[in-house]
Parts: sequence; C-alpha cells; structure tokens
Amino acid sequence: MSSLGNLLSGLKSFPGGIHPPDSKELSKSAQVQPFLPPALVRVLMAQHIGAPAKPVVKKKDAVKRGQVVGEAAGFVSACVHSPISGIVKDVEDFPSPVTGRPVASVVIESDGEDAWAEGVNVRQDPMSVEPKRVVELVQKAGVVGMGGATFPTHVKLSPPPNAKIEHVIINGVECEPYLTSDYRLMLDQPDRIVTALRLIMKTVGAPRGHIGVEANKPDAFQALSLAAKGSSDVQVHLLQVKYPQGAEHMLIKALEGREIPWKGGLPSAVGCLVHNAATAIAILDAVEFQRPLIERLVCVTGEGVKIPANLSVRIGTPISAILEQQGLHDGANKVLFGGPMMGLAQASLDTPTMKGVNGILVLRNAARWQRRPCIRCGRCVDACPYRLIPSELSILGEREDWDAAAVANIMECKECGCCTYVCPSKRPIVQLVKFGKSELARKRRAQEKPKK
Amino acid sequence: METHLLVSSSPHIRGDDSVNRIMWTVAAALIPACAAAIFYYGAGALTLILMTVACCMGFEAAILAFRRQNPRDAFDGSAAVTGVLLALIMPASSPWYFPVVGSLVAMGLGKHVFGGLGYNIWNPALIARAVLQLAYPSRMNLSGWPQPGLRLPAVHAISGASPDATSQASPLAKEMLQKMMDKFIDRMDTYAGLLVGGLPGSMGETCRLLILVGGIILICLKIVDWRVPVFYILTVFVLVALLPPPEAAKSNSWLSDPIYHCLTGGLMIGAFFMATDMVTTPITRKGRMIFAAGCGLLTVLIRFYTAFPEGVCYAILLMNTATPLIDRFTRPKVFGYVKPPKKDK
Ligand code: SF4
Ligand code: SF4
Repeated sequence: MSSLGNLLSGLKSFPGGIHPPDSKELSKSAQVQPFLPPALVRVLMAQHIGAPAKPVVKKKDAVKRGQVVGEAAGFVSACVHSPISGIVKDVEDFPSPVTGRPVASVVIESDGEDAWAEGVNVRQDPMSVEPKRVVELVQKAGVVGMGGATFPTHVKLSPPPNAKIEHVIINGVECEPYLTSDYRLMLDQPDRIVTALRLIMKTVGAPRGHIGVEANKPDAFQALSLAAKGSSDVQVHLLQVKYPQGAEHMLIKALEGREIPWKGGLPSAVGCLVHNAATAIAILDAVEFQRPLIERLVCVTGEGVKIPANLSVRIGTPISAILEQQGLHDGANKVLFGGPMMGLAQASLDTPTMKGVNGILVLRNAARWQRRPCIRCGRCVDACPYRLIPSELSILGEREDWDAAAVANIMECKECGCCTYVCPSKRPIVQLVKFGKSELARKRRAQEKPKK
Repeated sequence: METHLLVSSSPHIRGDDSVNRIMWTVAAALIPACAAAIFYYGAGALTLILMTVACCMGFEAAILAFRRQNPRDAFDGSAAVTGVLLALIMPASSPWYFPVVGSLVAMGLGKHVFGGLGYNIWNPALIARAVLQLAYPSRMNLSGWPQPGLRLPAVHAISGASPDATSQASPLAKEMLQKMMDKFIDRMDTYAGLLVGGLPGSMGETCRLLILVGGIILICLKIVDWRVPVFYILTVFVLVALLPPPEAAKSNSWLSDPIYHCLTGGLMIGAFFMATDMVTTPITRKGRMIFAAGCGLLTVLIRFYTAFPEGVCYAILLMNTATPLIDRFTRPKVFGYVKPPKKDK
C-alpha cells in the first residue's frame, strides 16, 4: 500500500529505497520521561568520528555535572563532559560499542547531588550571539551529529571558506523503523527547532531553511509548520515514507534534486548543510544555556521491551540500568544501538549510551539468516539508493577479491542495508561490504608505510 | 536478564521473501498451463510433467549430495520450476526417457556444471530442450507432433489455405487500414484458436491464454519484470511487420503476419517464463529491456532467415550468453558520479 500511496501522494523523495514495516506504534505515543541519573556512569572518550578525546581527570577526582572530563584531540574531535556530579572511580579502557576495540573511558560514581559545574547552564539570547562565538560554544559543548553519524558539529558549522551554503536542512525524517525519539522531540519543541534552524542559518550565512518530515508523522509536520508560520525563510516539507529518506544524500536529493558528489563529497558542494533535529536542539542548548551535551532523548523500544518509552537519558548510562527499569520479555536476545537497519548489535549490557545513540532497540527471538547463492533477481540493484550493484559486491566479497570490489565502487556503499533487506537469498551484503572496506583500509595503510 | 546476546551485522530485519517462495510461486503460476496441457493431451501429459519435475528434483538432490552440499536445497523450488518448464516445452508424444535424459541434462550440464543455483549461464530447461532436439531430431520435429485431442471447430487449418491477402496497395491510408481490419477479422478465429489452444505444439505452447494468466500473476507479484515479456513480444511484432518476409511467406501469407508470429511457437512461454528467468538474464532494468529486445530480434531472424522453423529457444540461449556483456554496459552511474576532469584541455 505504502509504495502506491506514496506514488499518488506526489510527495518528494528519491529513486530506490525500501518500505520496511515502520513498527513505530510501540513507542510512538509514549511521552518523553526523564530517566533518573544512575548511580554509576561510564563516559566513553570516542563517541564521535575523528580523534578520541583525551581524559583530563584521574581516579578520585571530584567532578560536577557538565564539567569537561575529556578534552578534544584536535579540530575534528569533540570534548566530553560528566553527565552527573560525583567522584571519578576509574579511568580505564572499555570495548567500543562501535568497533569493539578498547577506548578510554571515565567511570563516575554519583554523589546524588547532581550539581552543575560553574559557567554552564547560564541563559542568554541565542540570536544575539556572534556566529564565531556560536561555533565556539558548540565546540565547547561537545555537540556531535546525533542522528547516528556523530560527526563533530562545530566542524560542520565551519564550512570551507569557498563553499557557499544556500540551504540549511533540519532532518526530522527519522526513517529507521521503530525509533520515535526525534518524533517526540519535534512534537515537544517545534518552536525551539525552528529557532535552532534560524540560528544555524545565521551562523553559516544561509538564506533558506528547510525541515524535512516523513509523511508518517503528520502531527509533527503540523506542529513544525505552525512554529514556522508566517516566515518566508523557513519551509517545512512532508516527504514520502521510504527508507533511507533520512540519509543526508537522500534528503538533499528529495528536497533540492541535487546529488552530493561521490568519493566523500560534502553537502556544502551542493550548497547544503544538514543537521538532525536532535542535533539542532543540542546546538541551541549549547548557545542559549551554554549547556554541554550530556543528556539526550533515547527511544527504548522493540518487541523485547516490556514498557517501550522515550526517555531523556544522561549520556553514559549503562544499558542495563535502562532495561532493568523498562523490563524485558522472555526471548529478548538482541540489543541494538540505533534502529534495525543500521543499528549496532551490542555484546554486553554494561555498555553505556553515547551521544549518537538515539535508540535502544531490543529484539525478541532474533535469529541468523541462512545464506543462499545470489539468484540475480535484481532486487538489491533496484533498492540501492546509491546505484551500486550490491549482488556483485557480495559475490566479490565472498571471494575476498577486494581490488575488484574497489573497482565496483564498494567505497561508495553507505551501508544503508536496503539491498540486504530485500535480498530473497538473505545474503549478508552489508557485512561483506564492511569487511571489505576494513580490508582495503588495512591494505592501503600497509602500502603507505614503507614509503615513509 | 538475558546473557546470550546475539551480535551480528546490520540490517537486523529482513524482508520476508525467500528463494523458496519465489521459485514455488513461479511453479504455481505454471499450473494453469499444465492444466491446459492435461486437458488437451490427457493423462499422458500429467505423467510427463510429474516425471520431469520428480527427475529434476531427484537429480538435483543427488548432485548436491555428490558436491557435498545440502541435498535439501533440491526442494527450494528452482529444480521444480525447471522441471515444469522442461515438460511444457516437450511434445506430448515424448517417450518415457525424455523426462529422464532432459532432467539430467538440465540439472547437470545446465546448472551444476557452473556451480549450481545462481551460477548457470544458460536457462537449464532450454539447454535440455536444445540437447534433446540435437539428440532426437525426429522426435522433436514439429510435423510429427500429435494434434491436441480436442479441437475448436472454428480453427482453420493453417498450413494450406490462407485467406486471400490483398494484392494491390491502396493509395488511401484509410482504405489500407480498412483492409487490415478486414484481414484481422478474417483471421480472428485462428488467432483465437492459437490463444486458447487446439493447434499442435509442445505441451505448454498449446494454450497461450493460460500462460498469459500465469505470467500476469507473476508480474503483479513483482516476480517477473513486465518489461521483458512486453519488449520481447513487441519487438517480434514490429520486426515481423517491418523486415522483408522470407521466401516461404509468398506461398503462406501467415508467415508475414505479426499477430500470428506473436501467438505461435514458444514465444508466449518463452517471453513470460524463460526470458524472465532471474539467474540467466541481466540484473538491471535497463539491461533486461535490451535483453528482451535482443531475444525478439533473434527470434524473428531465426524464424525468417534460417532453416529452423522456431527461434525462441535459441534466441533466448544466445541472449543468455550475452547477459554478462549487457550487465557490463548497463551498469548504472553511481550516486553523485562526477566525470573525472579531462587532462587534455
Ligand atoms: S548497503 Fe550499500 S550496496 Fe546496499 S543498498 Fe545500501 S548503499 Fe547500496
Ligand atoms: S537481491 Fe540477493 S539474490 Fe537478488 S540479485 Fe541481489 S544479491 Fe542476488
């Protein structure tokens, strides 16, 4: 129904993509609740793309809520803050929820006071702040892309001087099935999202602002339209329900009809800058209240959870604390950070939440799929929004012929999972692509070394 | 709390289609055509179909076991589809060993020599038919094929008397159109006969209407790409209308009739069930259109200008051969592709 409905609706979108069941009804109507600060948090130093932060506290140090515990290591990096007040119990390595490799982390025991550090949580008028200062404040607050990409936001707010940003786009698509945290945010704070958009536009000197919302969230669209009413600079768009409509590339394609250049081209190359709705709010918080990113909305959902919820969680809270409160059904056996299409399966419930974790999805009776040979049905080709030949990548991947895979543009794969979702042979295409990319990176490093 | 967490790569949900479901659906879509074969040729046809399907699945299971793979995969439906198709392109007068030899060729030479499901270059059923034709030319010769047991009274005998074709070209287009209409109406009952059945052919070539029904079901279920049958049949129609007809058409005006060409031979079953085989045809939509048009071109060329009366089988096999090439040239441009800057100004 959805595909035909979409076609007739005349709503904007992109070619390719898929229509998985959206499963949002589980947590959709759950109002945002604060999750009480836990007794113990673990703050990871690598919660963003780029160099991990360096711990600047040591065991037994007293820290306050909002105090820096990890300093950014360079420009493309982000600092991290303590989400609670208390005592540093340990500074130790912990397996990264993303790569599985050990990263530094700071373990903090709560003193129950939850006292703010000095100089943070002070209010000012955001629109009167100079653009340069906005970027500084965002950098200080450790804001990163909160839709899952976790790219340091201050870098995105400082586009190369020769790039002219025409359009700032707020991504309120939330196309991953199950997740509803951005949806609740848009319902609760539509005015602040529009303010944040204007602030970003002013910061990068862009004349036009857009907010994209998928057609399955008509109430969020209405709330935002109301908030943007009467302005000519900000436009709210209703988009087709299609995965991955929320991918930066596809959102720009749908709204502007332009394609970000391949081989790592940036949205600024087509005059656009995209921020996720949650990131926009974090930017505003950083400027308006000088509040660092230590708390975020997390959607706790899935068939394995007894009480699905949208919670405002301190970053660094262990999964176990959250799931203990929400309850697990029998047979819950897979825990993801993020949605079912691109989310990362977690090996341990001790793993803490991070800045980029918009959802904790618990699946029930999850099984592995039996892989069959490619029957060349072409469905992956039709589904791939990046116009690759996923079947070929999977076959080359099975042969571990990574050089041929590189020629077949394996590096352009964004791991959106459309191909793997539609494949009737249940081929692990994304898994093979991830493996291939890491192998190619390893090879490149090995080639570069002897020259130095 | 659960201690054994399943850790695997994204995506963590999958669509619910499977190889088995696709293949068994295709097999089911051939049931109407099978029913027609049984209706026209009696219980012998049923025996032939069942035997061929059983042989294909049996041989596949044996080969899989020999290759140390899971013999259960023989029940994934792909061998069954090959079996039904092979039966439907054999004459109803086939001797008992046709299903056996044909199935062995299809599964062995047609499929597993290349590595099994997904790796074969040529359509296994067509390979088997081609081999049968070479090995037993007299048995596979059209003239020796049995007449269907039941014949529609309205059907003309095609071979001899053909309706008088127009001799003088009319200066007025309108008149020409009128003549064409007259001719069409004149030939209507033959067309209808070809569509419903009642003319000799292989078992599945008899009732084209029911093949069409199965094909349309598969198109609606998105298992068959509509582009393939449409482009294939359209190409045949247009080329028959445009190309200079062969010598034989002088004595038999049917041979230059585009509608007649679309309704005869194995074109219907070929266009809906053979040229749409996923494994042996191009993977992109554009490629499949080129493939279908190529099949149409080769079919007409073979029918017109070679000694073979029927071209569908060889046309599809030849285009199967060209599939990797078509895939190479119809590769889509990657999202955001930018032409590399030219060095020489
Ligand atoms: S995961 Fe990669 S290959 Fe598959 S659809 Fe997405 S971009 Fe294309
Ligand atoms: S969807 Fe799967 S079976 Fe179909 S062509 Fe792609 S990889 Fe092959």
